[in-house]
Amino acid sequence: MTFRFALAAALAAGLMVAPVAGWAQQKIKMGVSIPAATHGWAGGLNWHAQQAEKRLEKQYPNLDVVIVTARDVGRQANDLEDLVSVQRIDALVILPFESAPMTDPVRAVKQAGKFVTVVDRGLTDPSIQDLYVAGNNPQMGEVSARFMKEKMGGKGDIVVLRGIPTVIDNQRVDAFMKEIEGTQIKVLGMQYANWNRDDGFKVMQDFLSRFPKIDAVWAQDDDIALGVIEAVKQAGREKEMFILGGAGMKDMIKRVMDKDVLVPADVLYPPAMIAEAMEITAKHLVEKAPIQKEYIIEATLVTPENAAKYYYPDSPF
Amino acid sequence: MTPSVMPEAARKPSSGFDLKLYGPFLALAALIVLGTIVNPVFLSPGNIGNVLTRTAFIGIIAVGATFVITTGGIDLSVGSLAAFASGVTIVVMNALVGSMGAGLPVILIGVLVALGLGLAAGLVNGLLVTKGRMEAFIVTLGTMGIFRSLVTYIADGGTLSLNSEIRTIYRPVYYGGVFGISYPILAFAVVALIGALIMYRTRFGRYCAAIGSSEDVARYSAINVDRVKLLAFVLQGLCVAIAVVIYVPRLGSASATTGLLWELEAIAAVIIGGTMLKGGYGRIWGTVVGAVMLTLIDNILNLTGAISVYLNGTIQGVIIIVAVLLQRGTVARR
Repeated sequence: MTFRFALAAALAAGLMVAPVAGWAQQKIKMGVSIPAATHGWAGGLNWHAQQAEKRLEKQYPNLDVVIVTARDVGRQANDLEDLVSVQRIDALVILPFESAPMTDPVRAVKQAGKFVTVVDRGLTDPSIQDLYVAGNNPQMGEVSARFMKEKMGGKGDIVVLRGIPTVIDNQRVDAFMKEIEGTQIKVLGMQYANWNRDDGFKVMQDFLSRFPKIDAVWAQDDDIALGVIEAVKQAGREKEMFILGGAGMKDMIKRVMDKDVLVPADVLYPPAMIAEAMEITAKHLVEKAPIQKEYIIEATLVTPENAAKYYYPDSPF
Repeated sequence: MTPSVMPEAARKPSSGFDLKLYGPFLALAALIVLGTIVNPVFLSPGNIGNVLTRTAFIGIIAVGATFVITTGGIDLSVGSLAAFASGVTIVVMNALVGSMGAGLPVILIGVLVALGLGLAAGLVNGLLVTKGRMEAFIVTLGTMGIFRSLVTYIADGGTLSLNSEIRTIYRPVYYGGVFGISYPILAFAVVALIGALIMYRTRFGRYCAAIGSSEDVARYSAINVDRVKLLAFVLQGLCVAIAVVIYVPRLGSASATTGLLWELEAIAAVIIGGTMLKGGYGRIWGTVVGAVMLTLIDNILNLTGAISVYLNGTIQGVIIIVAVLLQRGTVARR
């Protein structure tokens, strides 16, 4: 009974103080909801988000950035509710865990009158978002295929290591396959390596036993590629093939920079896109700068010539 | 001695052929035949070597899990612990390179750190279960989350990579071997052998089975239940540490995804091997076979392009269920 009373009293006090506090600050609040740092790319995403938070709060003294991370769709939906009801945000920057389940929770935020920026994985109803910032998944597959075509002179045998069965993975692989159509490049085998080093290592070991001759590996992702490299080295077949990863992990960019024969290039899918989204949103909020509806970040091919531009030695990814 | 205190392995099979005892070995043989049909490369020494070396991590952890499960407990934290111990070991070794230079001493300290962490984690789990009077499931569910988030925190969400000089020296521990048999396979064999000796030839092994069979009966039989259970968790922690010692040189890295779902793989290996999830008796050799089977299924699926990659999980699930079903045949008839 006493507990309930205390709770009620606290709530009442909170309600009275909250509007006053809000008025006193007159700060613009931007909520950022992203997946937790449970794998390399997401780790980079978190790092870039935190860097952007520091930078933006310094640049705009009346801007307050709140970053929340969630481990799954359910938790991310909870986060959105908290951002609106407790944090009273003015704008939301969100990288949805999954498109379909997050669409309605984001719609609710929009209906509460907030500015909504969606990053990377789109919503099933694009009319909700005020701004969309994304990497280009089909283009990533295309650019990868084009590089391999050129490098291999339009013929040879390759193996493909895929990510996790998701829409993103399908978009990349479909675009890749379409691009190599009509060439003499043959895909010997294709397996899921779950965007993970250990799985990349295992799947590649098996591919190496299964196929006596492999000219190239499309690992699609840098974490997978690192596992692949170890397996190829163990089999002593480094001279036979090259490996193309993707994302822009610093270790891989470094290899490209150092002209590693095994890793001649990398295709960008930068975790820094969250920082870009936060910057555009903040600029629009504070300076009322006009914005486009969509910013698509190119899947740039990283070669020894331009690698230095994409090298972040301090990032965890 | 009541029958419940008597370990299963000591019992003479009532009929001529005990399917329950040999079931895992039959299933393994079937899988090997299947693999050979799928791709002749399957039986090449290179492939077999790869598969067994890969099995070593889960296998060693599963040997430890056999003891915990035999006592009727469970340890869900092993995968997270493996990731955490790998991460800390890497950080410590990297930090020492500055003052000690890259060399064997640094690696030895790294190995000691891993072993120490494994033992400590086992002790914590064990004490919470015995002295804290908590369900093993809950305790290790908690520590699973703790270890996983600690490694994510240490790695700052990214990946911890071992210093490359140290890596070069440490690398042979995974990739090297004697007479063409890699060190991880040897380590796995030694751990399994010691595990079998403890399980089948010592009082501790018999006590584990007795406690899993009926904790109350064991207590009335003057067995120090708490101490045996605690020791089982410590043994599990030690096994995880040994797995870490041979895991770190493989890719020289640890991240939040390291060792993901290893706990389930270890438990699956134990159960396929014929140990009952509710405890009562443990089979180390069955566990070894179970672990090899799990890796083989993956390997066989990678060696064929015949099955849609979307269905890998289904095939794995079916094989696991059939393998266990095969063993249940005799139980029902008893």
